[in-house]
Amino acid sequence: MVAPVVPTPAPAPKPEIKANPRAAIAAKTLRNDRWWVSPAISFAVLSAFVIYATWAAFDNGNYYVKPYISPFYSPCLAHICGAAHHGNTGVPPHLSIFGAWWAISPAIIILIFPLGFRMTCYYYRRAYYRAFWMSPPACAVAEPHKSYSGETRFPLIMQNIHRYFFFAGLVFNVLLTYDAVVAFVEPRAASYGGGYVGLGSFVLLINAVLLWMYSASCHSCRHIVGGRLKHFSKHPIRFKMWGVVSKLNTRHMQLAWTSLIFVALTDVYVRLAASGALGHGRWI
Amino acid sequence: MTYDLKLRIWRGDAKGGALQDFTVPVDDGEVVLDAVHHVQALRAGDLSVRWNCKAGKCGSCSAEINGRPRLMCMSRLSDFPKDEPITITPMRTFPVIKDLVTDVSFNYVKAAEVLAFTPTAEQPKAPFRMAQVDVERSQEFRKCIECFLCQDVCHVVRDHEENKQAYAGPRFFLRYAELDMHPNDALDRKKLAQEERGLGLCNITKCCTEVCPEHIKITDNAIIPMKERVVDVKYDPIRFLRRKPKAKV
Ligand code: SF4
Ligand code: SF4
Ligand code: FES
Ligand code: FES
Repeated sequence: MVAPVVPTPAPAPKPEIKANPRAAIAAKTLRNDRWWVSPAISFAVLSAFVIYATWAAFDNGNYYVKPYISPFYSPCLAHICGAAHHGNTGVPPHLSIFGAWWAISPAIIILIFPLGFRMTCYYYRRAYYRAFWMSPPACAVAEPHKSYSGETRFPLIMQNIHRYFFFAGLVFNVLLTYDAVVAFVEPRAASYGGGYVGLGSFVLLINAVLLWMYSASCHSCRHIVGGRLKHFSKHPIRFKMWGVVSKLNTRHMQLAWTSLIFVALTDVYVRLAASGALGHGRWI
Repeated sequence: MTYDLKLRIWRGDAKGGALQDFTVPVDDGEVVLDAVHHVQALRAGDLSVRWNCKAGKCGSCSAEINGRPRLMCMSRLSDFPKDEPITITPMRTFPVIKDLVTDVSFNYVKAAEVLAFTPTAEQPKAPFRMAQVDVERSQEFRKCIECFLCQDVCHVVRDHEENKQAYAGPRFFLRYAELDMHPNDALDRKKLAQEERGLGLCNITKCCTEVCPEHIKITDNAIIPMKERVVDVKYDPIRFLRRKPKAKV
């Protein structure tokens, strides 16, 4: 693209839009289908996830069973990971960047990144603006708010930093992929019969794959790989990549939900295995 | 097969109005616009309704059917239960003229505000040579039939009349995106869209995409890409520092 050389003309004064009366219809909506079902589901699933994730993040236990680590606790950047009592499940790999003074759950240090990534995601924004903020609850259903400024002011203007969370998300994807590989190549805890590869290895692998697909289908990703170009024809490789991301992007909503639910399930799995609730079989 | 259909049609004007019940004979295979025409022919000769093509291409017959913004001529009666009344009201977001006819001039004001395509001074004069992939990019946006259903459903103006002055609306974000993506257009439409046309008011809740009869992915392919382009020039400090005065993108 040649940089713009034509200065944008000053916008002409806007003609006044007259607020002539609309049709007098009192009902907030005349929809008679079950428009509330979809926001209700979003509300229920997102609330359940937030409640579970908060509990799991503060729980500070049962997040590791050699060689599986819960995605909520990886990477572990605190001394406490090595110091905590891990019984016969092994000591999780960790860096002691946060020394012994960090006494609460090490998950708190890192969760801001995946949390920020999802909070600023274009899809989740749509979901929670509708389900939680009711702005609007559904199409052609009046919202309850008196005034509306959209994403033009603080705090919602901060949604514009989504691309930074996208890059942070990529770092996490690499780390969680590493965890999945470790789950295949490291020997398992002796108390679980030793050996290599169990169900958990596959759980961690699927989790990593879903997270990669969620990131790859991101709208910011689509923009960065090629969407920002003006000349597709001058950048054939980026145009191809844009095509691939665009295809995935049409499934972004589905990927957002599946990857979200699977992250929670992965944590549940590691937690159950580490606590011994699944027994001590070779397959775990 | 002919059957009797109950309709509740909003009748009135700027001074007031109400839903009025009608029962008319309709045939299988007819559309809501046919039923409205039967009302006009048999029950209320002074019922006002705007239409032209009856083929989903002129964008005139926009209304709200059972509360959902739709084209009357593209809404088949077979999609509705035969024994329940169908409610038809004018588009809510625009001032009513009479019955189902609204004054959509808001959209013409917003259309006039779109700055025309502007080539750079050093470019050869039109016609430009454009590669097929660059042409194809905006084809989707050009399917728009200007029915203004997206403008009607958008809660930014539907629920907040006061935003009308500042907000161009989804139909025109298509135009800003199309021009900003045009290889030969020289204006910077990003800041313009954000600062002058209310792009930031859209909270990407996708109702415009849901109602568009041309199935244009307004939010995914025009609004979100425009929001990302705005981030490039306004909210991304790293890109901001890296940008050279005449950067190639
Ligand atoms: S996505 Fe934006 S433009 Fe479209 S209806 Fe929703 S708020 Fe309006
Ligand atoms: S974008 Fe779709 S809904 Fe909006 S005016 Fe055009 S055809 Fe109608
Ligand atoms: S848009 Fe959903 S992750 Fe970027
Ligand atoms: S009459 Fe032309 S679109 Fe319905």
